[in-house]
Amino acid sequence: MHDKTLTELAAGLDSGKFSSRELSESLLARIERLDGDLNSFISVTAEQALAAADRADAARAAGNAGPLTGVPLALKDIFCTEGVKTSAGSRMLDNFVAPYDATVVEKLKAAGTVSLGKTNMDEFAMGSSNENSFYGAVRNPWDRGAVPGGSSGGSAAAVAAGLVPAAMGTDTGGSIRQPAAFCGITGLKPTYGRVSRYGIIAYASSLDQAGPMARTAEDCARLLSVVAGHDLRDSTSVARGVPDYTEELDAPLAGLKIGLPSEYFGDGLDPAVERAVREAIRVYESLGATVREVSLPHTHYAIPAYYVIAPAEASSNLARYDGVRFGHRCEAPADLTDLYKRSRAEGFGEEVKRRILMGTHTLSEGFFDAYYKKAQQVRRLIRQDFLDAFDEVDVLMGPASPTPAFDLGANKDPVAMYLQDIYTIAINLAGIPGISVPVGFADSRPIGLQVLGTHFAEARLLNVAHQFQQATDWHLRRPALAEETL
Amino acid sequence: MQWETVIGLEVHVQLATRSKIFSGASTAFGAEPNSQACAVDLGLPGVLPVLNEAAVAMAVQFGLGIHAEIPEVSVFDRKNYFYPDLPKGYQTSQMYHPIVGPGEVEITLDDGQTKRIRVHHAHLEEDAGKSLHEELHGMTGIDLNRAGTPLLEIVSEPDMRSAKEAAAYLKAIHSIVTYLGISDGNMAEGSMRCDVNVSVRPRGQASFGTRAEVKNVNSFRFVERAIACEVERQIELLEDGGEVVQETRLFDPERYETRSMRTKEQANDYRYFPCPDLLPVVLDAAYVDHLRDTLPELPADKRARFQEVLGLSAYDAGVLSASRDMAEYFEAVKETCGDAKLAANWVQGELSGALNREGLSILNSPVSATQLGELIARVMDDTINGKAAKQVFQALWNGEGESADAVIAAKGLKQVTDSGAIEAMIDQVIADSPAQVAQYRDAEPDKRGKMIGYFVGQVMKASRGTANPQQVNALLKEKLDALC
Repeated sequence: MHDKTLTELAAGLDSGKFSSRELSESLLARIERLDGDLNSFISVTAEQALAAADRADAARAAGNAGPLTGVPLALKDIFCTEGVKTSAGSRMLDNFVAPYDATVVEKLKAAGTVSLGKTNMDEFAMGSSNENSFYGAVRNPWDRGAVPGGSSGGSAAAVAAGLVPAAMGTDTGGSIRQPAAFCGITGLKPTYGRVSRYGIIAYASSLDQAGPMARTAEDCARLLSVVAGHDLRDSTSVARGVPDYTEELDAPLAGLKIGLPSEYFGDGLDPAVERAVREAIRVYESLGATVREVSLPHTHYAIPAYYVIAPAEASSNLARYDGVRFGHRCEAPADLTDLYKRSRAEGFGEEVKRRILMGTHTLSEGFFDAYYKKAQQVRRLIRQDFLDAFDEVDVLMGPASPTPAFDLGANKDPVAMYLQDIYTIAINLAGIPGISVPVGFADSRPIGLQVLGTHFAEARLLNVAHQFQQATDWHLRRPALAEETL
Repeated sequence: MQWETVIGLEVHVQLATRSKIFSGASTAFGAEPNSQACAVDLGLPGVLPVLNEAAVAMAVQFGLGIHAEIPEVSVFDRKNYFYPDLPKGYQTSQMYHPIVGPGEVEITLDDGQTKRIRVHHAHLEEDAGKSLHEELHGMTGIDLNRAGTPLLEIVSEPDMRSAKEAAAYLKAIHSIVTYLGISDGNMAEGSMRCDVNVSVRPRGQASFGTRAEVKNVNSFRFVERAIACEVERQIELLEDGGEVVQETRLFDPERYETRSMRTKEQANDYRYFPCPDLLPVVLDAAYVDHLRDTLPELPADKRARFQEVLGLSAYDAGVLSASRDMAEYFEAVKETCGDAKLAANWVQGELSGALNREGLSILNSPVSATQLGELIARVMDDTINGKAAKQVFQALWNGEGESADAVIAAKGLKQVTDSGAIEAMIDQVIADSPAQVAQYRDAEPDKRGKMIGYFVGQVMKASRGTANPQQVNALLKEKLDALC
């Protein structure tokens, strides 16, 4: 059952081929067998999962099943989940059992889905390789010597390995799309404000956005239809109706205008990645799309602007982890200052500390105008680049990452790591949606195509991705790891 | 040297919303520690603030009440610092774009003069929790019930020149916020708190001296004392050739001194930046207009109307407009009886005296405004005389009757104006007082006027106070003079 898509599993449950309990037990057994090596889960919540599966089966028997009732999935360990440890990949929250459900979790529970557990991630979502986790690195199911990408690396690896058909991730600067590309799955970052942030442990509030990660665009559409929507508990969520995102999947692409940002095909782009991406674009041409080159002139400012804004917000968002009310507290503090210093020194990892320091510095008196204010101006220009481009074309396409997954431990230099996110970060600054779709391999490592649309164009992006997946089978490829064990 | 004092105030007013500024938890005072702190107030991972519209409305009402500019857009900023009773490690406040722009407050000084004090701006922010040290054996407890309570911080210009002006300003703010009903103004419970910026300069000097900020000034009395005490310190320092340093000081009312808390060099860098979890507050004109149209009459306007329209003295108008409760009571009495001066006399005389004796506020008066108004009306239409009126008031105070009319009927206090009945009582008194009648007859005619008082008293007594005193006087004089 592990090789089926979420859509296929939902159909199987609906037709009574198997129960949610059978499905959940089978996947839990697979996690048990395979995840010791992959390390994609921080917590496996078998007991709660089976109880939820039984409830789903009972609901189905009573004729109360919805389209996703009984479907198993996993949640990045950044979504607060009532009664379940929610660590954000940090020692700081290793002892934190959330007393409430994030809105996303609440909606997924209400839809009858069954969470099998919480997936590994870079600490507080800060990272591009999943190596910054207190719970250890995650292996890429396609190549155990490679990283799965980050920060939603656990979610991507778990889906790619067939441990779950889908998982929820979050994307602040590429954290859904880049791991989706590295692991050969489909991952959607919705428009900022499309999905409630309530209950998602904050990294950078003006950039954070949750989205689905699954095998196919169709699966992502089904999940987005459940988790999207206005939430009175999140003032930045947008009051806008939620369509059924599966409705437009089959719309033909004839006449689709595709823009290729020249800045996304420049220096530093791996030739194998470029080849695969250009091959995918030829597929689109064969489906009736037209292609033209466009320019996003402020692209090269995106990484510096991001590394001012995101750490500034993070330095403030992470101030609450002070050892006073919850989370890690040092042993026998001598006084208040000692409590703060040691709790935070022990609780946070290196990358988190680096970003807190950067953010504290850029917000300081005398630096604020030169850094934060300037970065916000740049952010407006970047957003305008995209809006101008979408006056000309329907969607933009390019690589999700300049390279395929790199080797575990290969990127020791933080700046080199930051540059990995060159194609994904501007999208968060602009607040627009983006989807990563598997389009090939470099040796054994997957390559992702990124498709971008204007604000709230999720239905269009899912349609564009789905049509590609109807014409190709890259998304159906499975890593050997997953094949050999069942 | 002659010194001039320069004072500016930062007043924190706790807004009377039912729930907190960014969460649904209750703001009620005095609950068990941490029983009114929800996930948002605790700053749990993942929670988000949602702005309470009632706090916005109250802030705008205040702005309108001081004739301030109301900017279309205001923005919440984060003020970052670590403190155990600050759950998120930052306070959500408004640094750059406050909700209320420049305005002004009129104060009345002891000599009856008025002065305008400019308000620089007022901004919304959340309160912190409290650290508890008592009964914890060397440990510190944190109570987060107060965390997230909405505060309006009102920042004045340095326009006050004496401790008395500062106290008058604080009273004016108190009066405005209680009139508007946007705060209970209870200083003892911390609903109004005040930081004072004080400096001195040689009289005639145009530039300001270096100021010190004095914190923890939380009553009208302490404001005056803290300023006096800080002014003394600064003058002494300067006259001894020293310098005032810019610093934050704490007022200790018990030792009558201010102590240094931190100097400018030790000041925090709060790293203000716009809160990314909250959208800018955009007020459309219709919303502000609606609040303006529904604004109650404010103390300064009411005082002026009491003088100009109702013809009250400046003193009476001031006393009766001092609080909204007092003014509302007075106006209700006036509406019922129809006479502003009589209403003013009764409210400030008999009623205030009784309330003071019992230590009651006017809201808890046992005699309602309607009851008092009806009582005054019965005096005005001669149903009862002034003496009986006091008896009726006392009876109403004691709850011995539902209304003045009921008490008058039950106690038979209706004034007797039937001359036949009064004459009969007079004849009886004259018959019972042969010695006094003889004295009267023997007295010089110009001394008789004083002697008549005895007979009046006897007749009033015989009527149990109900006889019309004017009638009694006239008839007695007539009858006694006939005997001479």
